[in-house]
Amino acid sequence: MKMTKHSDWRMDDVRTIIQELKHKPGALLPVLHAIQDYIGYLPDSIVPVVAKEMLLTRAEVHGVISFYHHFRSHKTGRHVVEICRAEACQSVGARALEKHAKATLSIDFEQTTSCGSVTLEPVYCLGNCATGPSVRIDDSIYGRVSEDRFDELMADCRDTMQEAG
Amino acid sequence: MTTRIFVPRDTTAISLGADLIATLIQAEAASRGLDIEIVRNGTRGMFWLEPLIEVETSEGRIGFGPVTESDVSALFNEHFYHGNQTHPSCLGLVEEIPYLKKQQRLTFARSGITDPVSLADYKAHDGYKGLENALNLSGQQIVDEVKTSGLRGRGGAAFPTGIKWQTVLDASGEQKYIVCNADEGDSGTFADRLVMECDPFMLIEGMTIAGLAVNANQGYIYLRSEYPIAFDIMNQAIASAYENGYLGKDILGSGRQFDLEVRLGAGAYICGEETSLLDSLEGKRGLVRAKPPLPAIVGLFGKPTVVNNVLSLAAIPYILHHGGEAYAEYGIGRSRGTMPIQLAGNVKYGGLVELAFGIPLNELMNDFGGGTRSGRPLKAVQVGGPLGAYLPESQWDTLIDYEGFSAEKAVLGHGGVVMFDDTVDMGEQARFAMEFCTFESCGKCTPCRIGSTRGVEVIDRIRAGENQDKNWELLEDLCETMVDGSLCAMGGMTPFPVQSVMKFFPDELRSARQE
Repeated sequence: MKMTKHSDWRMDDVRTIIQELKHKPGALLPVLHAIQDYIGYLPDSIVPVVAKEMLLTRAEVHGVISFYHHFRSHKTGRHVVEICRAEACQSVGARALEKHAKATLSIDFEQTTSCGSVTLEPVYCLGNCATGPSVRIDDSIYGRVSEDRFDELMADCRDTMQEAG
Repeated sequence: MTTRIFVPRDTTAISLGADLIATLIQAEAASRGLDIEIVRNGTRGMFWLEPLIEVETSEGRIGFGPVTESDVSALFNEHFYHGNQTHPSCLGLVEEIPYLKKQQRLTFARSGITDPVSLADYKAHDGYKGLENALNLSGQQIVDEVKTSGLRGRGGAAFPTGIKWQTVLDASGEQKYIVCNADEGDSGTFADRLVMECDPFMLIEGMTIAGLAVNANQGYIYLRSEYPIAFDIMNQAIASAYENGYLGKDILGSGRQFDLEVRLGAGAYICGEETSLLDSLEGKRGLVRAKPPLPAIVGLFGKPTVVNNVLSLAAIPYILHHGGEAYAEYGIGRSRGTMPIQLAGNVKYGGLVELAFGIPLNELMNDFGGGTRSGRPLKAVQVGGPLGAYLPESQWDTLIDYEGFSAEKAVLGHGGVVMFDDTVDMGEQARFAMEFCTFESCGKCTPCRIGSTRGVEVIDRIRAGENQDKNWELLEDLCETMVDGSLCAMGGMTPFPVQSVMKFFPDELRSARQE
């Protein structure tokens, strides 16, 4: 589950991941999760490798990747920021928060800020429905996120970006 | 003597800063040379009080909440660790808080009390008593006990659990499966998450008993990827159950086998539909299957499979410990036992309220929920997730009961109650219902795949004042087509919230609010 993004990932490691998991019944989702956890996304180049190792067609692998919102075919920013768009969060101002986020980050959903620190995505429920609006940043979930709180969280995202160089 | 201080570790408490509070308490105690032990418990489910920390005393556990970062040193100055109750955030004895005291917690009896990953704690609080009984019963006797309890599927469909188990028990075949649907995607629901984060052994026990009942030796928990903390806690608990002989080849020396694995979903709401879930578990796109055949007969990898919601399986240990009759004593009509209601959205006192079926909805929203968080008048409430109807004030006296909700053309679903104040634009909510279906439809059947897109368009035209009467008629017709013609509940129920807005808030659908 950890976001260990390797810009210098190696296809050999991807093969190792597949070898370790492919014996499981219905292994494709676990395999794709593990690869995405390793690289940070699912590059097109892994599709034929997964297909070959798992005796599937490329169409089957591509079909699964494109079906699920969680699987990404493109590189993300250093942090993935998901804003809940579901009803419970709507009732406490999620629509306004979404507008604020897009305006202050100058991006739409599924886009990355020009500095590369944040990719913004929608999410439909984080199960934190009594203390919305809720936001997930990587694997951390935040409740009662006001516009000010959102700005603070984004400032932290940018700071860690700079520290990381 | 070591003082035990409890700081919850569920998603909501952590989302409000519980991890930081735990770190600060540890540091402050160390700097003062105090002997404390921090226990990361589950939540009590009173979310407006989170982070709610508790101190163990000889009189019981004293609560403080919501605790902020800046409260920590003051709490120590006031000697909260001795159970001193002078700090303004003090709530007194936690068990005496009326919100909690008035509940009938059968499933959530341990939530917030125990350390979720401590098997010893689980056993000290009646854990695994149900399994011990089940090991002395035949599969048929276990199924009979579940039938006696009257338990119905808590995921929303309310199908009698015992009958589903009977079908799987009667099905022939060496390989059978128990699948737990933990793809809790409905907005306003978090009870499954609380089971997994606060009392994971209860789910493991329930699934193990299900395996014994129908002769299945493999279980899967299909967990949504939006729940990283539940994933972590569930896996810790499963590892501990394996180490201690509660899972694996020889459960408690009985010679019976049950293996269990958590599988992560990947952000598809439709995978909460049981047949779509099975396809996903098989490593495919989560497309809905036509029924029949039922999953109980042709399920995972084509084998007989019990697919139950987390809450259904979590009710099993109580039923096998105390007997089906004890469970059935709670409730009304054909809705037996308790229902964990989740108060969410614009609510002052949001959280988990487990009560016997039969309580009026408005009692939950007002007596427990305290009305809206904004303090403005309550206007509408959506019960049962994004596919549930919006209920106007005239329906708030409906009792929590499957049949009672059906009679109002509403659904109880998974028990999520999302409250909206008078600033909500109901036309916008109707549009969102269709929009959500366009994102989440699996695409297999036309009424759902195309109908939802057309639904958004027609609603936009109505809201723009374009041929309103004709488009209104068209929307009515479209809703009917989706209800009657869709393959599963996604397309079949998406119209419910739309139709409720058309019926009860027609003016708001006819006129888009000017910004």
